[in-house]
Amino acid sequence: MIAKPLRRNRGFAAALILFLVLFVVYHILHPRGFSTAVFIQNANETVAIAFVAMAQTIPVLIGGLDLSVGAVMTLTACLASYLVVGTPAQMIFGMFLTLLAGTTFGVMNGLIVVFGRIQPIIATLATGAIAMGLALLLRPTPGGDIDADLNWALTNSVFDFAETYGLADDGNAAWLQPFANIPVPLIILLVVAFGVWTPFKRTVTGRTLYAIGSAESAAKLSGLPVRRAKIAAFGLAGFFASCGGLYLAIQTSSGNADITQAGAYTLNSIAAVVLGGTSLLGGIGGAIGSLVGTGILRVISFYFRILSVDPLIQPLIEGLVLLAAVSLGALRTLRIKNKLEHFR
Amino acid sequence: MTKAKEEIVALRDVSRYFGGITALSGVDFTCHSASVHGILGENGAGKSTLIKILSGVLKPSAGEVLVEGRPVTYRSTAEAVRDGIVCVFQELSLIPDLSVADNIYIDTPPKRFGLIDRRAQRKQAVELLARLNASEVHPDTLIRDLSLSRRQIVEIAKALAKSPKLLILDEATSALTGKDVDTVYALLSDLRADGVASVFISHRMHEVDALCDRLSVFRNGQHIETFDKGERSDAEIVRLMIGREISAQYPPKPKRQPAPPALEVKNLRWENSLKGVNLKVKAGEIHGLGGLDGQGHKELLLAVFGALKGVEGEIKLHDKPFRPTSPAACKKAGLALIPEDRKTEGLMLNLSIRDNLLLPNYAAVSRGPIIDSRRADDAVRDGVTRLQIKAGDTANPVETLSGGNQQKVVIAKWMMLDPDIVLLNDPTRGIDVGTKQEIFRLMRELADAGKTILFYSTDYAELIGCCDRVSILYDGAVVTVLEGDALTEDAIVAASLNMHERGAA
Repeated sequence: MIAKPLRRNRGFAAALILFLVLFVVYHILHPRGFSTAVFIQNANETVAIAFVAMAQTIPVLIGGLDLSVGAVMTLTACLASYLVVGTPAQMIFGMFLTLLAGTTFGVMNGLIVVFGRIQPIIATLATGAIAMGLALLLRPTPGGDIDADLNWALTNSVFDFAETYGLADDGNAAWLQPFANIPVPLIILLVVAFGVWTPFKRTVTGRTLYAIGSAESAAKLSGLPVRRAKIAAFGLAGFFASCGGLYLAIQTSSGNADITQAGAYTLNSIAAVVLGGTSLLGGIGGAIGSLVGTGILRVISFYFRILSVDPLIQPLIEGLVLLAAVSLGALRTLRIKNKLEHFR
Repeated sequence: MTKAKEEIVALRDVSRYFGGITALSGVDFTCHSASVHGILGENGAGKSTLIKILSGVLKPSAGEVLVEGRPVTYRSTAEAVRDGIVCVFQELSLIPDLSVADNIYIDTPPKRFGLIDRRAQRKQAVELLARLNASEVHPDTLIRDLSLSRRQIVEIAKALAKSPKLLILDEATSALTGKDVDTVYALLSDLRADGVASVFISHRMHEVDALCDRLSVFRNGQHIETFDKGERSDAEIVRLMIGREISAQYPPKPKRQPAPPALEVKNLRWENSLKGVNLKVKAGEIHGLGGLDGQGHKELLLAVFGALKGVEGEIKLHDKPFRPTSPAACKKAGLALIPEDRKTEGLMLNLSIRDNLLLPNYAAVSRGPIIDSRRADDAVRDGVTRLQIKAGDTANPVETLSGGNQQKVVIAKWMMLDPDIVLLNDPTRGIDVGTKQEIFRLMRELADAGKTILFYSTDYAELIGCCDRVSILYDGAVVTVLEGDALTEDAIVAASLNMHERGAA
């Protein structure tokens, strides 16, 4: 069952293989071999960018680009640093509000793109700056005080989570043991990815996204809800970006309106999307691929750490890897028969 | 079978304008349940506009559409589909990156718990494809990986999945193989027995004859006549389709001296569009390409101009073998192509007239790497005078010119290269009569100067008035070459419909 989609999307298959190879070799080269502590740390360093990459995937699928995802992540992180406080019930409500805010921001992007008829890249360049501005108003200087228990529970293993909240005999229950060492951040990531994206893909709206990216006029002729799908695409991007922001706030126990960081996250998200086999022309790919793409990006930077690569040449290596990976995707154009199609 | 025939759709005095152009004017049209209604007309007769209005793609500019007696104004195809009006579009409406099953049930998939039930969808798709004798199409294949004829079958399956009351087939058989065409015939009879109405547009007369109960002829956006099958002979139908005088003025055709072929094409093949084209164009000749839309004319011109990849066959220029590897190489070899769509392929609309004219000619007006502005000025002035381009200032953007003058700019910029062989892809579309005459005059001048001209036009009158010889293409091959007295509108229409294939007309 898995083999077929893999054969269908060579980009995704190649990304998955590349990731697995990099991941295994990394642990072989690692001075301490595979260890839960390193795995948890790596997972923690991956979550926020992975969410932002998933967010980026969806506008890319309709042939657009969302330059506001990093800024929305930063804005929601700052928001969460105020909202996710107090009693457990209040904290959960705060999380809900944070995600709602991010989703609303995304929907607003969608409305601007659809009804303002502005190209996504320009619309989100502007709204991204707005999000950054709001974030700076919220947190002129880094700050916030998110519950330490929550921070501990969500950034460690399943065992630590259970122990923190006194679940399953403080994490010692026999049934929990097979999962006890899995990092909680990884679980959060997979639950959101497979719990939100995978079902969404199986709705008419989700399918319409692919149709728009593949052939928008055919999508319209087929009577698909093109406008609704575009708005949903940006809304969902906002949701995933705010998942990233929420996690970042909990992870750092604070909010920080860091402009450089927001920009870097946006650019890395595009790289992860492309590495994960999603076509920048739209219509091909998916958010799960972007998770893998993020994995590749992150593992490469972990290599730098264990191999003590000179920081000065790290960007060069990252760039070369990225160029090599996206060149594989360009092989498709060799199949075009009418040369004028290259320009369409 | 004995169901009473009801009116499914009726158009009352419907018109449609595009800017200043009238595509349909005052059309009354009715189609009934349990019937197959054929629509005939030349290129640009308004057939496509008619079905776009029926299927909700376009709104009528005036008049009324009645569906089962009720006036409707559709804002989208989805609304028409809800009333059971389903169209199989000529320009395929399939999504290349989705699977066959996804495409068939694209907007109304079977669902479970609110999500698309892919297993049920696949099962239903398999059943539908079996009904169309196309079981070899796997429901999980991507549309992109299917041949054109398989895509067409999927497109029909997609329409059937919507259980139509009125099924519109716009050239739906043009890409199909013989076996598939039979399947579609059988399908239409089945549908008729079930009381479904079909509207069938085809350029193949024998198909229309074999299938349809009623025929409607359109011409110049007007509904000319509707009659039952058998009431009119083929010859009468052709006359109804043409029905106009040849009005434009053409330069006189000089007596041709025998000349060696300047451009020779042998057994040219490309994908599904060119199926062995043979052509000999003499130096000093205006050679027309005629026939209905989509029979391979454009592909032929693009292939000769090196814009297509994977072309098989032989091309000779002045008896020397020539491989058109790229448009740039062809330009060097003395070829010029006036493209079909001047707005996207011929001009940079927001650049100045001057820049547009100079674009392919910078090398000629430069000293080394530097453009010599005096030479450039001279060249621009030459081009403007030669084609009598009516422009105030050549520094103005090209988009400020009228359509006719824009087309002159396109032609002028290629003429400045002094090409030896000029390929013209429907250069007179959408331009005024005066400009047309100037273009014809220029073509004749060039031919008299010994240049070779290959001229594709959708307007038969132009082909007759302008060309020394005309090759008619049908289904990717030249079926007839007409010249002299044999070059008549009746002969072109008959050849375009490939009528002599049945020995008729």
